[in-house]
Amino acid sequence: MPVLKSYPSSSAAYLGGVRHALTSVFFPVIAGTYIGIGALAHDFGLSALWLTLSTLFVWAGPAQVILISGIGAGAALVEVAIAVTLSGIRLFPMVMALLPLLRTRETRTSDLILPAHFTAVSMWIESLRVLPGIAHENRVAYCNGLSSTYTGIAATFGLVGFYLAAGLPSLFAAALLFITPISFLISTARSAVTMLDRLALGLGLVGGAAFAAMQIEFDLLWAGVGGGTIAYLVSRIRRKPARADI
Amino acid sequence: MSADLWPYVVLMLVGFLPNEAWRLVGLVLARGLNEQSEIVLWSRAVATAILAGVVAKLVVFASGSLATIPLGVRIGAVVIGFAAFLLIRRSPLAGVLVGEAVLLAGGYFFAP
Repeated sequence: MPVLKSYPSSSAAYLGGVRHALTSVFFPVIAGTYIGIGALAHDFGLSALWLTLSTLFVWAGPAQVILISGIGAGAALVEVAIAVTLSGIRLFPMVMALLPLLRTRETRTSDLILPAHFTAVSMWIESLRVLPGIAHENRVAYCNGLSSTYTGIAATFGLVGFYLAAGLPSLFAAALLFITPISFLISTARSAVTMLDRLALGLGLVGGAAFAAMQIEFDLLWAGVGGGTIAYLVSRIRRKPARADI
Repeated sequence: MSADLWPYVVLMLVGFLPNEAWRLVGLVLARGLNEQSEIVLWSRAVATAILAGVVAKLVVFASGSLATIPLGVRIGAVVIGFAAFLLIRRSPLAGVLVGEAVLLAGGYFFAP
């Protein structure tokens, strides 16, 4: 059995997580994403404080983009809330997969509230990769160090994007605003490895543009729930082509 | 209620709670849900499609400075950036940089 890396104290483990975050590949990814989100928040007329609080409390890029573009464009709040919650469902299996790595016999559930809150795609991918090599008793502190640093990077670069968008000439401000759609499209496509994911991505793109152009109410929900459900049904039928005995 | 506080109330009610609820559900439910269970597959597809819908709306119905770039340039930048991502070792950075370069060049030469 490989030797697990252990730390003399919780603060040392926390700092180990901080150091890992600052040198990980997700640093530039998070920085770039939040420069775009900061520019978006500025564009939709939200304040720098609001942007920072949304990063600390929501801490999920897709949900923040849906929230900012939704309330900024004056969509119905119910629609925005439903779209946010549908985008957040993926956090649920992620938390459930992460917690067994963190939990020991001595761990109280209250110790796990912070790691659960910090769960987001970047932190989750890194935690699942790194935590198995860390001593069990140090994992919660290490994970908190890692994720609070990621959140700090996000909040900082959100403000960078916010103030850049305020001060740059129009063409460059447009380029900042373009970061969000292009990077979300590409990162979603990158993690879409199954036919189901790819179909959902394609249908969502077409549906999102088409329903908005037709000015249908709750266009985003129709595109998301409709497109996602069609993709699910198609892939389900294709998964079991040989089952003639039903 | 003060109108100044309203955006923060919206942030909590419409942004924080609907998102955080799923983290708490994950925390409370002790037993793991199978990553391949049907409800997880469906919810993942819906979440992907919603995000794709947001991306399409941000590009096609752009606001602010981005709206000053012609629609054809915006769509061209997305398509070429995406193609660059696929062709250059599926590198997200390459895709984003090429897309941005096309947007800047197109915005400069096709300024309305």
